[in-house]
Amino acid sequence: MLLIKNGRVLDPASRTDAALDVLLDGERFAQVGANIAAPGAEILDAKGLIVAPGFIDLHCHLREPGQEMSETIETGTRAAARGGFTAVCCMPNTQPVNDSASVTRGIVERAAAVASVRAWPIGAASAGSKGEALAEIAAMKDAGIVAVSDDGKPIATARLMRQVMDYCRALDLPVIDHCEDASLFAGGVMREGPTSIRMGLKGIPAQSETICAGRDVKVAGLTGARLHIAHMSTLGSLEYVRFAKKSGLRVTCEVTPHHFTLTDEDVRYDTNYKMNPPLASRADREALIQGLADGSVDAIATDHAPHHPGSKDVEFDRAPFGITGFETALALGLTGLVHPGKISLMRLVELFTMGPARVLGMERKIAAGEPADVTIFSTDHAWNFCATDSPSKSRNTPFDGRAFRGAPMATIVGGRIVYRREAAARA
Amino acid sequence: MLQRLEHLLGIENLTREQITFILDQSKPFQEFQRHPLKKLATLRGKTVALAFFEPSTRTRISFATAAARLGADTMNLQAEASSLKKGESLLDTVRTLEAMRPDGIVIRHSSSGAPHFVAERLEVPVLNAGDGTHEHPTQALLDALTIRDRKGKLEGWNITILGDILHSRVARSDIQLLGKFGTRITLCGPAMWVPRELESLAPNIHRETRIERALDDADVIIVLRVQTERMHEPALAAEEFILGYQLTAERLRLARPEALVLHPGPMIRGLEIDPVVADGTQSCVLEQVANGLAVRMALLYHLVGGAPVDEPHPAKERSNAAD
Repeated sequence: MLLIKNGRVLDPASRTDAALDVLLDGERFAQVGANIAAPGAEILDAKGLIVAPGFIDLHCHLREPGQEMSETIETGTRAAARGGFTAVCCMPNTQPVNDSASVTRGIVERAAAVASVRAWPIGAASAGSKGEALAEIAAMKDAGIVAVSDDGKPIATARLMRQVMDYCRALDLPVIDHCEDASLFAGGVMREGPTSIRMGLKGIPAQSETICAGRDVKVAGLTGARLHIAHMSTLGSLEYVRFAKKSGLRVTCEVTPHHFTLTDEDVRYDTNYKMNPPLASRADREALIQGLADGSVDAIATDHAPHHPGSKDVEFDRAPFGITGFETALALGLTGLVHPGKISLMRLVELFTMGPARVLGMERKIAAGEPADVTIFSTDHAWNFCATDSPSKSRNTPFDGRAFRGAPMATIVGGRIVYRREAAARA
Repeated sequence: MLQRLEHLLGIENLTREQITFILDQSKPFQEFQRHPLKKLATLRGKTVALAFFEPSTRTRISFATAAARLGADTMNLQAEASSLKKGESLLDTVRTLEAMRPDGIVIRHSSSGAPHFVAERLEVPVLNAGDGTHEHPTQALLDALTIRDRKGKLEGWNITILGDILHSRVARSDIQLLGKFGTRITLCGPAMWVPRELESLAPNIHRETRIERALDDADVIIVLRVQTERMHEPALAAEEFILGYQLTAERLRLARPEALVLHPGPMIRGLEIDPVVADGTQSCVLEQVANGLAVRMALLYHLVGGAPVDEPHPAKERSNAAD
């Protein structure tokens, strides 16, 4: 038994915001209430801290199997635990691609053996993510995938997207969509605009994403499937999502911390500013923050994309896309959204918990009988992020050295404390 | 107070005073090219690494000659022969060069920002000899020297840049430089190669798709080559480009009578420029080449030699000539 005492419980599912104790018994919550007495239980003092349902990250790359130089399920989930995440959804662009039940099972078994937090695999939509035949989606579902996606290799045709959505509707799996029109993307390395022109870097117009989002919202209308727009970065895409939601379509979306924090104007000749979709314009960023505030956006997802230092320490146009994100996500949300008053603390917690859970067709709440996943965080702990301290195998982040206010203090998965900030500091 | 340059990565971060200083320092080196014995001892014992990761003839020879005439030795790295072909990273390649202790590295690379990448990681001064579609600062400086020599000053002219602006590092550096001197810049070419965002590079930039209007009242015309090798977009037929944007003798008459014609080279005669114009009296093409040598000598002298900015000029000191 573990008793979390003196904390402020914030649970968006029940709109709870109160000083309550939480009692965990084994892998599940036993009781939530004021002044719980549980003789013999281990006590975790959460005085001055927020006690929230366990955070879910809908979008990350754990690189295993096949790219273990950059990350493994073990190192990636340790970084996730430090970021306050209790469950992370890992994209299928591994080597081999997670497009069959055997690869899915391999990930699930490896995670059971070494992972600090829950690792929920996402299966490929097409075989090898090649955009031709469908992957073994039903078999992967039986093996444990929670969604399908050809992330990083956008589905090129509306025809294939229709097939995938039709099939996944019947399986009740969300289709996670990396929206990108490859013909407009055409060798680009950053968002097209005054900065790309000045720096002589090949630009990617916002419409590369927006056109594809529009297409797939229409295909969602055609099929009735659950469509989730990944790492949404443009005002145009957001408008399509709003339209879809108003029309009653089952369309959801996520925004990454880097897209609500940085813009194309921040890009320097430093490959830690190179990601896909690229950092957007200031107007897009403002629109995304508005969407996070008004409920149009369902989740904050990190798109944690580790690349080992050798692969990123190259010329800008030759570097792979992507940055790490687990350990800075909550702090960026608190520092950039909550403290300046752009969104409420409850809303931020929702974007990390109930929001992503519902995208996956799950619930996420602190209530007796539910899985005991808890994220305990401080809203005002001052600290500086240091990439070299990370358990991740990679260091590719533009936020190295950044000062933050607010941090994860403890992460509990299935009743087990997998990360504690104080303990880490003493060690 | 004039700030000494550590690297020459681009024109963007130079001040107007620094640019004027470099141009002033280039003047005696122009004179110097006419000496029968073209060698100084100023950089004797110094080594300049020429790291050309992209094919180049004129810029490489110009830098090599500039270094030689200052008395420096050169180390040559050519793309074709380099270990890059064998898969070595840029970082490893330049670190290998650095281990041979050059006093400066001149770099040409197809990736925008490659000189910045190198400068952040090495101790030696880095000179950008052209990076991707970003900047070509020595070209802009030699263009400015040419204009200033012929016209007496840089300020106040109508400058028209013609052709493929989007893919041109020369255009970006010229715009950055001329923009600091209050010139009026007109950019003209096929619309997809003259995007609106170019207007944010400097004050007083105008875009024009009709060549007749772009040439009207022009004091200087900078003609650019179509950079087919840097294009990711669908091509434009050569005939179509010639029809709309070739600088012909007839079109040149629309400009001011004393207008200068500049071209960074290599020229494709009959495509962006009519041979009659290229060889005509208004053409400054060969003068640009000569000025390139003077500008690069001035830059190597200051960056590689590490001379204080108030040092007497070496080309003016007879006693400094090599024996």
